[in-house]
Parts: sequence; structure tokens; C-alpha cells
Amino acid sequence: MNILVCLKQTFDTEEKIVIENGEISEDGVEFVINPYDEYAVEEAIKIKEEQGGEVTVLSVGPSRAESALRTALAMGADKAILVDDESLFGDEYTISKVLAAVAKRDSYDLILGGYMAVDDGSAQVGPRLAEELDIPHISTITGLEVNGDKVKVEKDVEGDTEIIEASMPVLLTAQQGLNEPRYPSLPGIMKAKKKPLERLTAGDIGINPDEIKAKTEVLDQFLPPKKEAGKILEGELDDQVKELVQLLRNEAKVI
Amino acid sequence: MNFELTQEQDMIRKMVREFAEAEIAPKAAERDRTGEFPQDVFHKMGELGLMGIPFPEEYGGSGGDTVSYAIAVEEVSRACGGTGLSYAAHISLGCSPFYYFGTEEQKKKYLIPLAQGKSMGAFGLTEPNAGSDAGGTQTTAVEDGDEWVLNGTKIFITNAAYAEVVVVTAVTDKSRGSRGISSFIVPTSSPGFKIGTIYDKLGLNASNTAEIIMEDVRIPKENILGKLNEGYKQFLITLDGGRISIAAMAVGIARAAYEASLQYAKERRQFGQSISKFQAIQFKLADMATHIELARNMTLKAAWLKDQGKPFKKEAAMAKLFASEMATRVCDQAVQIHGGYGYMKEYPVERHYRDIKLCEIGEGTSEVQRLVIAREIGAS
Repeated sequence: MNILVCLKQTFDTEEKIVIENGEISEDGVEFVINPYDEYAVEEAIKIKEEQGGEVTVLSVGPSRAESALRTALAMGADKAILVDDESLFGDEYTISKVLAAVAKRDSYDLILGGYMAVDDGSAQVGPRLAEELDIPHISTITGLEVNGDKVKVEKDVEGDTEIIEASMPVLLTAQQGLNEPRYPSLPGIMKAKKKPLERLTAGDIGINPDEIKAKTEVLDQFLPPKKEAGKILEGELDDQVKELVQLLRNEAKVI
Repeated sequence: MNFELTQEQDMIRKMVREFAEAEIAPKAAERDRTGEFPQDVFHKMGELGLMGIPFPEEYGGSGGDTVSYAIAVEEVSRACGGTGLSYAAHISLGCSPFYYFGTEEQKKKYLIPLAQGKSMGAFGLTEPNAGSDAGGTQTTAVEDGDEWVLNGTKIFITNAAYAEVVVVTAVTDKSRGSRGISSFIVPTSSPGFKIGTIYDKLGLNASNTAEIIMEDVRIPKENILGKLNEGYKQFLITLDGGRISIAAMAVGIARAAYEASLQYAKERRQFGQSISKFQAIQFKLADMATHIELARNMTLKAAWLKDQGKPFKKEAAMAKLFASEMATRVCDQAVQIHGGYGYMKEYPVERHYRDIKLCEIGEGTSEVQRLVIAREIGAS
């Protein structure tokens, strides 16, 4: 089985976001594999270990994203592809076009990814990629069984579980709960540097960057307003209620 | 000059940090209270290849370097000092003698299971009358046919109660003084081998520290480690490497105390502002951060020298001396920053304050480190 996992390198979720001159500062920031993509990597490696096959991890991003791919290789993926050509960076529209162009170079039975990235949180790239490749997709899965050329997935729906079957090739996006990603082992880390990592540019995948320019534009970036200290009302209950109503009306202006 | 970690070293740091935060730190306070040995943790660390980082794959190791090993000790110790000590002793004292001095057969038989984390390594050197002064060694090994017969007592032996084999030093030729000491591989299941006292310590309660009593313990002739009468030389070499790991352990514990203090100082409010706004507290935190950074640099330098095959005795002693002494100060100031809360077990700095002291004692006291350094710089 040939499995492709698309992953994005994102800020460590514990990092503090700092905005400098309207841009998010990357100074001294730790980067990780987007946690939802990590579930996808783990699932792909599990399937490979159980049923054989090859796992390719793919990312579009700056050269620092190599360390995310190497981590996936250390976990057990077989090879990596990094599209680090800046002319191909853009929004969800652009990225899915680039991923599709890379995916089309080979034939994959199963394409996995996180259902969204924790940084921009659009949850669009997976479904868009499936559309570009003209294959079915199922998003936010929490369970997966692979039987021959069929997949049976579980997904959370409004507090219930939906079970869906599909034929491969298929694209699936991972939700929290799918698995518990492994730590890369020491031998895995040592082997990762010897595994192939291919770097691609627009020319390599036959794309004209001008034709896939971002459809959206970021106009401004700002941090949420600082949370003000809370107010604890004191005194008799009746007075507290009166004060609360008054505050809700005059200060918070919600009633 | 390049201060950057390699990609592998950086990945190892990240992995061990994540592992230690998720799997070791949550139960550190409980282990401190109960003294429970973290066997489950070491089992998982074995699966991840952490129990034999600096040894080649053919001997069950991961083929990593000393720098990676020092990084791992720092991260584990930051999560739990006791676990860090047992880990450092396992590799530096338990595994290393086999790797440096063992025959091919001994490496295969003993180092492989140790490096894979199947059992803990331990090194029986200290005796009631012999610590750094090896001349006081009273344990004896006498040849009897095709066996060695060992008698004696070893004290303060890390991991002893969880080891399947222990390397112990014993006098083989009394007339030769420290040049009449040899090392032996002793299975802990041997008749006459007993674990005596399990010590009740000031800190590092998750680590196991025990007394070893040997009464007419018979081991086969081939269980001598390396050459006859070279035990003294061997343990000096072993301790040189071990000092790097104690330095890394001190850096790890200091970091835990510093990080807890920085967070506390930002949250704790007095006189209408967080205490981190007061210069008195800021200076303490600045000193802590500075000392930790310097100690880590020296520790990694010693590790790097070792990896390059260059002399590192002086640097390892300097790293161990400076890191352990600065870390004791850092933990002391961490309690001070926490005030009354710092004296309470509810806050982790109380544990760090007790845990750190060992780093100034184990694998050569600060005084012995100064002697080593003085000798290395030609002052003695």
C-alpha cells in the first residue's frame, strides 16, 4: 500500500504568539508537526507496520519544515518530500494545488492529513486536495480499519459515532482520538537522516506559480484583547443581583 | 566554533523533553514521597533506545553521542531528579565499564541487555572506608581453582537492588595498593550476594540506593572485567565520563527550580504587583538563568571533547564542580523566591532543594573535583 501523509509544521501549541510590525514573530519559537497531522503520521505508520507498504510524508513550507519531516521519518515514515519554493506558498487554494501536483506524480492508495492546522485552523486543505485529485474524502476520523482496498472509518458526529466505508483511493483527515502518536525512538532518529528527503520547486512539479496565486489576502493580524480582571460582587444576594443587572445593562451593554 | 546542536541532537532533545514531561514529571512528587522506583519509566525509555544512547547498535545501544546523552540526562532530571540519577548511573557507571573494558564476549553478554534497558546497571565502588580513596578498599577477591571468591561490603550503590549484574571493585593484590585492585562482574543472583540496607536519603527518593554485602560469592574466572589489577585505572576513567552526566543532571534540576521560580514570580502578587517586578527578584532570576546557561555550555563542551576523542578529564571535573555548586545555589534561591510556600512540599522547589545536594557529592565531591582540576592545571 502506498500512503501519502500531508503535514504542516506549526508553532508548538505552548508557544506565546508575538506580533511584530503586523507579522507573527518566529524568533526563538519551537516548531512541531501540526498535532492533527501527527495523528495522520502515526496512523500511516501503524497501517504500514500491520499490512506493509510505504509511507511518504509531504509538506509545503520553508526549509525549517525539514525538521518536521525528519521527525516523521524518525517515527517510521519511509521518505519525505518538501516543497520549499517560496513562489508556491499561499493560502489553502494554493497549497492544495501544489499538494495535488506532487500527489499526481505517484499513485497513492491512501492520503492522510490532519483535519486542520492549529495555526490558521481553516480545515480546508484536505477536502480541497481530494477535490483536486477527484477522489472521495472523509474528514475528522477517530477510527480507521483498512481491509483490502476498502477503508472503514469512524467519525464523531454530534456526540454520536458515524461509521463510513469507502474504497481506495481515498483521502482521510484525522481528528483527535484517532490514536496516540509514538515518540520517535533513538534508533529511529539516527536512521531518519539517512532516509531520502526530496526538495521540489515549481519547475519540478510543472506549476506556474502565477496561475495558483492565493485567493485570499491577510489584511491585518492582531492579538485578542487582554482579558480584564474579573469582578466579584459582594453584599446581600438581592443587592448583588441588582448590581449585576445594572452592570450587564450599563457596562457590558448586553441587555 | 558552532554552538548549534545537530539535527539529530535537537530531535533527541525534543523527544526526551516531551517524553519526560508526559511520562516522568507527573509522578515525580509522588515518587519522592513513596520512594517508588520508576521501573515502568525505564522500561519505556528502553523501548525508545534511551537506556543505551552512547553505545553502538551492535551492543544494544542507539549509536548516539555523549552530547545527546548529556541532553537526555538534563531533560530527565528536569522532570524528576531521582529518575535522572538512576538513569545517569545506569549508563555512566553501569554500562560504560563493559563498553570500555569488557571483552567482546562480555559486551555481548552483559552490555546488550543493559543498553536495551532490560535491567539496570550498577557499579559497586564505594565502601565504608573507601570512597575516592581507593586505597581503603577492603573487599577482596581470591582465586580458588577456576573461580574468584569475593568478600566485602559496598555502600551507597545506585540501582543495586534493581540490577542483574553489578561491577564491583576488589583487592586482588594487597601489596600493590591502588594498583592491586580489579573489577569483577557479579551476578546479583549469586549465592552469598545480598542487598543490605536500602538507604533513606535526603532526596532523590525515586532512585534506588542500596548496600551490597558479599559473603563468599563465587564467580567464574572469566568474570574479571578487563585486566587483573587495573580496577583503579578503570574506575577513574569511568568516573571521568560519569561526571559529565552528574553535571547534566545538576543543570536539569536547576532548570526545573528556575522555571518554577520564574513562573511563580510572575504569578505571585505582593504590594499590588507581581513579585517579578521587583529588582531583588529579577536579579535572582537573572543570576539563575546565567549560571544554568554557563553550566550547560561547559557540560556540553566536556561531552563534545569526549565525542571528539580529546582529553576531557579537566573539563568534566570543571563542569561537574560548577554545575553542581551553581545548581545548589539556584535551588536555594528558588526556595527563597517562593518564600514560605517554597518550604512546603506542595511546591516542587522544596524537592529540588533536597535533590540537588547529591550532585556536589556523588561521583567525587566538589573537593575531589578541585583536586582533579588542580592536578590537571599543574598546581599540585
